Amino acid sequence: MSQTDLIIHDEKDNVAVVVIDKTTKNQTCDGWIMENDKSIKITSINEIPLGHKIALQDLKEGDTILKYGHDIGKVVKPIKKGDHVHVHNVKTKKW
Amino acid sequence: MEIPKSFIGYKRENGRVGTRNHIIILPVDDISNACAEAVANNIKGTIALPHSYGRLQFGADLELHFRTMIGTGSNPNVAAVIVIGIEPKWTKKIVDGIAKTGKPVEGFHIERTGDIGTVMKASKKAQEFVMWASEKQREECPLSDLWISVKCGESDTTSGLAANPTVGNLMDKLEPLGVHLCFGETSELTGAENVCAKRGATPEASEKFMKTWNSYNDFILKEATDDLSESQPTAGNIAGGLTTIEEKAFGNFQKIGSCKFIDVLEPAEEPTKGKGLYFMDTSSAAAECVTLQAAAGFNIHLFPTGQGNIVGNPIEPVIKLTANPLTVKSMSEHIDCDVSKILTREMNMSQAGDELIKSTIRVANGRLTCAEALGHKEFVMTKLYRSA
Repeated sequence: MSQTDLIIHDEKDNVAVVVIDKTTKNQTCDGWIMENDKSIKITSINEIPLGHKIALQDLKEGDTILKYGHDIGKVVKPIKKGDHVHVHNVKTKKW
Repeated sequence: MEIPKSFIGYKRENGRVGTRNHIIILPVDDISNACAEAVANNIKGTIALPHSYGRLQFGADLELHFRTMIGTGSNPNVAAVIVIGIEPKWTKKIVDGIAKTGKPVEGFHIERTGDIGTVMKASKKAQEFVMWASEKQREECPLSDLWISVKCGESDTTSGLAANPTVGNLMDKLEPLGVHLCFGETSELTGAENVCAKRGATPEASEKFMKTWNSYNDFILKEATDDLSESQPTAGNIAGGLTTIEEKAFGNFQKIGSCKFIDVLEPAEEPTKGKGLYFMDTSSAAAECVTLQAAAGFNIHLFPTGQGNIVGNPIEPVIKLTANPLTVKSMSEHIDCDVSKILTREMNMSQAGDELIKSTIRVANGRLTCAEALGHKEFVMTKLYRSA
């Protein structure tokens, strides 16, 4: 088991979780998909702290964020691949 | 790892087993707290459980009050109970409820005696109870005598990635051995409610779950002034990277592994359908939830945290685990089981589950939890609506 910078729950997910202290701008990160034990690489376009999410693809307003293979909210501002995904660009669909 | 078949616990009169041997001084109502605390101060080895309610409640709210009081006294982690209330009738109702377990229990009411006379009489009885209980010995008991409740708090994304699935791994391994298991947090399943409902072991259990969740959601929609985004997720959750209630809910849901729940319990309701997993309708506030689960008879609690919740309970030991390396570093005195190596892939989920099983059995056998050593004994009653 090699170390990883990001963990992805499910192959369908469009976000990954940072599991190192933080990613830096233009860092090429190793990602590990838990569900199928595959690996990916993605470039972080800004600094993202431990536990926060990074986009695995370009996302536009109204798109659905998938994590655990499930719908966890909607995109409210366009997000670029490698960008920080959080409360500034994603909102709940519940309220 | 080969899972140990037994632990050492205190066998009680009704056949249940305690992981602790507490003598509690239980106030029926808020105004009896002072008396209960004075008794606990007089007699070493007893604990008072002060709280804020018990006056002018009615209907389902009063029923929940009695269920929580009686359930707390009946919990097998409690050897004997002193009940103190202002009036005789409600005091007796709680004494009679606890007495059904066969354990020593005695009630005192303050009216017509005053605090000082009540403290004297109750202290003499408490001394008798504590000296009697001090001779109780732990005996070997099958693992199926563990009733394990779970609840997560100050969650972040590491909870859903690692700490919660570690609890799920433990559940998957211990459920076949006949333990009772309980998860709750109705509000924090919002977003995952349909996926959770599918985990009912029977159509009735699934239906009962959806009814419970819908009733909670209707209440939120009626009472909320805006949305719940200040409370769900909390500021701590957001700092830890959780963005929405749905994300928090799917993380929360990892705690039950691949188990199915056999029934849905009212708050503080004792399970009666035998071994297996139960869902209880609870708040997601840590102390309220653990208090209700302890009142239902659960004798050991697993509490995964991300950012570092510090909750404890006076009668049910609360074991903390975390996968967040920053929390391990900055709040180590609160963490019983460190599973942060999952994130660096130096530990897999099954190894983490085994570590948690080892921690659970050590605490069941008597090792103090961090929360116990630090004196955390949050006893928080759930109140359904305002009093008359």
